[in-house]
Amino acid sequence: MSALLRVEDLTKSYGRQRGCTDVSFELWPGEVLAIVGESGSGKTTLLNCCAGRLEPTGGKVLYETRHKGLIDIHDMSEPERRFLMRTDWAFVHQNPRDGLRMNVSAGANVGERLMAVGARNYGNIREAALDWLSRTEVDPDRIDDLPTTFSGGMQQRLQIARNLVSGPRLVFMDEPTGGLDVSVQARLLDMLRDLVDRLGLSAVVVTHDLAVARMLSTRLMVMQQGRVVETGLTDRVLDDPQHAYTQLLVSSVLQP
Amino acid sequence: MSEPQKDAGREMLRLNGVTKTFTLHNQGERTIPVVTGVNLTLNAGECMALMGSSGSGKSTLIRMIYGNYGCAAGEILIREEDRNWTDLAQADPRDVIRLRRHRLGYVSQFLRVIPRVPAIDVVSEPMRLAGATDRESRNRAAELLSRLNLPEGLWDLSPTTFSGGEQQRVNIARGFVHPYPVLLLDEPTASLDKVNRQVVLDLIVEARNRGAAILGIFHDHEAREAVCNRFLDVEEFKAAA
Repeated sequence: MSALLRVEDLTKSYGRQRGCTDVSFELWPGEVLAIVGESGSGKTTLLNCCAGRLEPTGGKVLYETRHKGLIDIHDMSEPERRFLMRTDWAFVHQNPRDGLRMNVSAGANVGERLMAVGARNYGNIREAALDWLSRTEVDPDRIDDLPTTFSGGMQQRLQIARNLVSGPRLVFMDEPTGGLDVSVQARLLDMLRDLVDRLGLSAVVVTHDLAVARMLSTRLMVMQQGRVVETGLTDRVLDDPQHAYTQLLVSSVLQP
Repeated sequence: MSEPQKDAGREMLRLNGVTKTFTLHNQGERTIPVVTGVNLTLNAGECMALMGSSGSGKSTLIRMIYGNYGCAAGEILIREEDRNWTDLAQADPRDVIRLRRHRLGYVSQFLRVIPRVPAIDVVSEPMRLAGATDRESRNRAAELLSRLNLPEGLWDLSPTTFSGGEQQRVNIARGFVHPYPVLLLDEPTASLDKVNRQVVLDLIVEARNRGAAILGIFHDHEAREAVCNRFLDVEEFKAAA
């Protein structure tokens, strides 16, 4: 077995502004890595570089492809990378509108991904779409409705269904529960946790919320001002934080 | 000290020179030394009681063995299925996770659960994670919850509204649902009435008899005497302040 994703000395600068600096880590099959940090920590920049959405200034993002071994994703051609991003990979945006086509039905949003990888039978596609809608707890009766008619939580669940239907191995998530009401967040987290577990997915999840990190992830990376200051097993980092900044973060969380 | 010849094949856990100090960076860099140079060996079929006054480091040591607290100095060696040793203090997170799924169980002092998961799923989860089917896991969970006298009507409810004693029983059931070769117990009989305390002691003895290596903290003197066949005073390893 080998690492699914290997990030080496990743750096992204915006002119003189550092997004993230010298980040290295490996992600193994079945691992969920949470990246936490406050605003400006560089966590979203890091995620976008790893997910192929931003080109790094330095360093590498290596992915263990199904048939071609370890490849630097920024060395791939644009079509190759885009194909990877629609099949083996998934990206869940904080705002579901960024990850959905708002002008086609829920079913079409899910079915499109299948068609993009060659599925042709309308009946099968619709059935797969229904299956995924139910797995993400979206009312199957809404399959022909436009996402604009959905609540925020339901849109997010639809985005997740759209992402997972192609059977990705690696899912990137950018604040997947941010902006949702607390009760909606909770339900979504339970669902995500269950799906990730049952499907054996690997994931990189950016969040500012330590409770989300504890719930979803097995590993945690803490970022401050573009650098990783602490990393390790999630419960170890949260229960026995070593770095001053991690200790500050952990002690700042309010307990209701 | 164990006799090398007799117990060499049965040694399951070994600590060498384990030292722990907490440093509070945001509280004036205050350091709190806990233990220094802890050595211990634990064999299959043994139940060792960690003893010492409150604050002496018993729970800290258990958490370090589980990988929940870091260990910057010393070795925490656990025996793998293939007979090799893995140092938990240095292991990658994915190896710690793997060990926790299959070989190392932990019953903490307090139940920490995700709010919306039914008790029976909380209990069955470790068995599923170790590879059993949903059905087998649920059956085993039901068996344990019955033994621990948790009313069936509560099984489909989330433990968050349960009493302390009920939560503790869910916690214990969860710790015994999968036959871990090494089991860590932190105050397993606290908050329990006499009847359920006995059930827990029976579970511990059964685990011991099937060859588990158990390390436990018991404030209850009688419980300790009833199930433990080895004793370690953590105060022997007290770090100088």
